[in-house]
Amino acid sequence: MLRLPCPYCGERDEPEFRFAGEPAVRPGSDVGDAVWAAYLYMRSNEKGPHREVWSHAGGCGQFFLLERDTVSHAVLRALRPGEAS
Amino acid sequence: MRYSALSLVRQGLAGQTGWPQAWRSPSPRSVYDAVIVGGGGHGLATAYYLAKNHPRRRIAVLEKGWLGGGNTGRNTTIVRSNYFFPESAAIYDFALRLYEGLSQDLDYNIMLSQRGILMMGHSEHDMELMTRSVNAMLLNGIDVELLDAAQVRAEVPLLNFEPGARYEIHGGFTQRRGGIARHDAVAWGYARAASALGVDIIQGCEVTGFDIVDGRVAGVRTGLGRIAAGSVGLCAAGHSGVLAGMAGFTLPIQSYALQAMVSEPVKPVLDTVVMSAATGMYVSQSDKGELVFGAGLDLYPSYAQRGNLPVERDVIAGMLEMFPAFRRLKLLRAWAGLVDVCWDYSPIIGPAPVGGMYLNCGWGTGGFKAIPAGGWMLAHLLATGRHHPISAPFDLGRFTSGRLIDEAAGAGIAH
Repeated sequence: MLRLPCPYCGERDEPEFRFAGEPAVRPGSDVGDAVWAAYLYMRSNEKGPHREVWSHAGGCGQFFLLERDTVSHAVLRALRPGEAS
Repeated sequence: MRYSALSLVRQGLAGQTGWPQAWRSPSPRSVYDAVIVGGGGHGLATAYYLAKNHPRRRIAVLEKGWLGGGNTGRNTTIVRSNYFFPESAAIYDFALRLYEGLSQDLDYNIMLSQRGILMMGHSEHDMELMTRSVNAMLLNGIDVELLDAAQVRAEVPLLNFEPGARYEIHGGFTQRRGGIARHDAVAWGYARAASALGVDIIQGCEVTGFDIVDGRVAGVRTGLGRIAAGSVGLCAAGHSGVLAGMAGFTLPIQSYALQAMVSEPVKPVLDTVVMSAATGMYVSQSDKGELVFGAGLDLYPSYAQRGNLPVERDVIAGMLEMFPAFRRLKLLRAWAGLVDVCWDYSPIIGPAPVGGMYLNCGWGTGGFKAIPAGGWMLAHLLATGRHHPISAPFDLGRFTSGRLIDEAAGAGIAH
C-alpha cells in the first residue's frame, strides 16, 4: 500500500487519496485545436520520476503536487501548490 | 511440421524425440522492410498477418523480454465483442471471428472456449440501461441476449441470490460467443506460424531509440545494434509512451497497473464468464480449475508489474459478495500487467506523428480479446500506409477532431 505525505496532514494511507492527473497550464481560448488537444489529452506518462497532482480526497480535500517514481512507487517529495518547484 | 493426430502418434512411437522447435531464434539482420516493436500477442499477430496477407517482405519482431511475457501472459483471457458503439463492435467482432477460426488457421490449439459471458444487473435502473445497451449491440450485429433473474439463476446457481445480498440480482445479459482462450497459446501459435512464414522473432532485444531522418523513421537502435527499417510498428502496450518519447512525440495515454489473481484449483463450478459493474469484477474458471478473476485499476500511473493491497482487497471482497461459496478458497497467485489507457477507453491504431511509424496501442484493459484485429489492422497499415476501413475511426487524429469513441460507460463494464 502507498503511504503518501499530504503537505497539510502528514503521511496517510493510499485509500485516502485520489490521483488527479499531471500538472498542466490551461491555454488561452485562441490557440487552436492542436494545442487544446495536447492540453486535454496528451500526457508525459513518464517511466521513473513523475510529477503528479493528487487530492487528499478522504482527508483535508486539498490538492497538492507529488513527485513519485512510477516504477518503484517511491515518493520523492510533496509540495503545496505555489511552493517552489 | 504440421500438428495433427498423425504427428502425435508418430512422435509417441519415436519417444517424443523428433519435435522441432516451434519458432526459429535468429540473430537480427541489419535491414528489414518492417520492424515490429513488442513480441506480445499484438506484435506477433501483426507479423503473422503482414507475412500472410502482404507477402514478400522482410519482417522482424523485437521483444525486450520473452514472447508473451507482458500483458499477453497477464490478462484474464476473456474474449467478447459486446460493445455499444458501431466502430467498437466492428473491430472487436472482427477479432472474435478471427479467434473462432484461429486454431485451424495457425495449426495451433488456442483452446478457445465459447462458454458465454454474463453481465449482471443489480437494480431496475441497471436493467433499463442494460436493455438499451443490448438493443444497441443487436443493431451492431452482436449476439447478445437479455436475461431475467430466473434465467440468470438457472445459468449460474452459485451466484448470491440470498435475500440480504448487498447486490440483489435483477437479471443480466449474455453473449454466447464470448468466452476464454489460452493466452500463452495465442502468442505461441502466432509466433510459430509467423516464423514459418519467414518472420525473424528476436527476443531479449530492447529498443533504445529510433533513427529519424527528415521526419521519417529510418531505423531502430537496439541492445543488439542498429537495425534499418522501412517502416516500424509499435505494439508495446503500457510502454507505448516510453517508445513515443524516444521518437519525440507524446500520446493521449496513461499507464496503470491492472491486477489479476487466481485461486487454488477446484473441481468445475463455473461454466461461463461472470462480470458485474457493481463490484467491478469478473471471474471465470480455467481448464485447470483455478478461478481467474480481476477488477478495476490501481488508479495512479504505474510501470510496476504489481498492484497494491487496497485494490486486491476490493477485488476479493467483490467476488465473495457475488459468490459466497468461494470464501474458503486460498489465493494462489496475484500479479499485475501494465495497461495503456486512453481517455475514451478505445485503442489508437494508425500513423504516428513520425513518417513510416505506425501505432497499435491504447487497448487499456481489453487488449487480449482484440489481438487478431489489432494485428490485422497494423499489418494493413505497415503494408499499405493507409487505414483498413475498420481501423480508420481509431486514428490518433480523433483526439484533435474530438470524434472520440467513448466506451468508458458504453462497454458497460468497469475498466
